[in-house]
Amino acid sequence: MLGGRAVLVSSASTVLFFTVIVVIVALAPGSGLVAERFFSPFHLWRSLVGSESEPSVLSAFLLNVYIFAISEVLILILALVIAVVRQIPGPVFFPFRMVAVAYTDLFRGVPLILILYIIGFGVPGLGLAFFSYLSDITYGIIALVLVYSAYVAEVYRAGIESVHESQNAAARSLGLSRWQSLRFVILPQAVRRVIPPLLNDFIGLQKDTALVSVLGSIEAARAAQIYGASQFNYASYVVAAALFILITIPLARFTDRLIARDKRRREAGALA
Amino acid sequence: MNAAETPALALEGVRKSFGETEVLKGIDLTVAPHEVVCLIGASGSGKSTLLRCVNLIEPLDAGRVVVEGEEITAQGVDENRIRRRIGIVYQAFNLFPHMTVLRNITLAPREVLGMDRAESEERALSLLERFGLSDRRGEYPDRLSGGQQQRVAIVRALAMRPHLMLLDEVTSALDPELVAEVLNVIRELADEGMTMLIATHEMGFARDIADRVCFLEEGRILEEGPPERIFTSPENPRTRRFLSRIIAAGRL
Ligand SMILES: Nc1ncnc2c1ncn2[C@@H]1O[C@H](COP(=O)(O)OP(=O)(O)OP(=O)(O)O)[C@@H](O)[C@H]1O
Ligand SMILES: [Mg+2]
Repeated sequence: MLGGRAVLVSSASTVLFFTVIVVIVALAPGSGLVAERFFSPFHLWRSLVGSESEPSVLSAFLLNVYIFAISEVLILILALVIAVVRQIPGPVFFPFRMVAVAYTDLFRGVPLILILYIIGFGVPGLGLAFFSYLSDITYGIIALVLVYSAYVAEVYRAGIESVHESQNAAARSLGLSRWQSLRFVILPQAVRRVIPPLLNDFIGLQKDTALVSVLGSIEAARAAQIYGASQFNYASYVVAAALFILITIPLARFTDRLIARDKRRREAGALA
Repeated sequence: MNAAETPALALEGVRKSFGETEVLKGIDLTVAPHEVVCLIGASGSGKSTLLRCVNLIEPLDAGRVVVEGEEITAQGVDENRIRRRIGIVYQAFNLFPHMTVLRNITLAPREVLGMDRAESEERALSLLERFGLSDRRGEYPDRLSGGQQQRVAIVRALAMRPHLMLLDEVTSALDPELVAEVLNVIRELADEGMTMLIATHEMGFARDIADRVCFLEEGRILEEGPPERIFTSPENPRTRRFLSRIIAAGRL
């Protein structure tokens, strides 16, 4: 915790620091144009709430949040399945392990935007019953889930491998089955250890929801672009960027809290 | 040993290699019910490997393991079912760090034996009480001393009501002043008639507690017999050499 004097010093230093920055920016050549094109209060507000001719960046952003929320849950599940399959021992499971490895290699290797095109434009063209008639948003979610599950599976796998083999030996020695050992002993420890890298992937996912717009959905980035093109003003981009930042910050703080809670719980050793 | 009685444990021709090195070169060993057998031998002689082979945590290359008349190395036997009868305590405790003491102990009774929560906790608490740990039940393992952790590990194994306990150098990771509390627990178990197979470097303890001592060297049991004889007049020259080194090191 900061003492009284330290708080004073840090406040003074913060104020001074930002004042200097603002002065430099304001005096820079072209700063008037930048202020008008990017920070005009009129356009900031108008693009945020929308008008008769342009979509609201804020409402469009709700689509990003929706895509993110659904994808995240599906990714956490699919990636866990892939990671678990990848470490089942025994010759019988060789083909399963092979599929899991091939999956991660494939979907980590191909750019997301290509997967989006393949799923979003390719699958509807096949004329399959059901699968060719989904919404653009659904195709977008499928592409995000396929790609991100490959990354997240690797994160899980690193976590599983970081739990020492002796933990498994202790669990098995007590008579727990392989699956029970994984479920009660290995995975809880593995997941705890990988929360920070998982969060990183989710911040990436939150941003990549913008790519779904290539299939035609009007999400925040696309809405901002529409506004910019029609008003010749880029405040809409600033608004969209701010919205993305606003949502990643709580995500980061939430993870900090989880880690802190875990630490506190172990240190406090509260009575049962 | 009563010949008519089914042994608690019988090993026949157990062999185990890691890559090129053969660590167990044909082990034959029988432990009678209520017997306490100590395995002694130099570091690397294969004591830990032998114990891990008994409950098949380490798969065997050859040989048979028979627990209370039932061969667990036989094809198609459910290993998990037989492991329940064998409690094993490791040198490094291996408690589950993400669970409280109580949960560490109740996990297997609940998930493996299907006991309900109240019953499993009651059993755990009475064991903790007995070993002076009941005030630690809500702690996480990293908040306990090494001696406490090792006693919790013993309680965790006992909560499954094993018929046979395997102890692998359970005091060698402990500070000297914590060794006694753990050895006392083991002594108490022996007094109650628990069947135990104990790998140990504590020769004084082995002499005290063992009904029989087996000297292991390079993957073979070179000599076995009652502790009075092994420790005073060993027959095998290599046992003699091992013990004289131990005595020179002041550990007997
Ligand atoms: N998983 C393993 N992989 C390869 N070699 C191993 C493995 N486990 C044990 N060994 C080797 O087997 C031999 C016997 O090891 P083991 O741990 O059984 O000896 P020990 O008698 O218990 O020794 P200590 O008294 O030091 O505990 C050693 O040479 C060891 O290096
Ligand atoms: Mg050992």
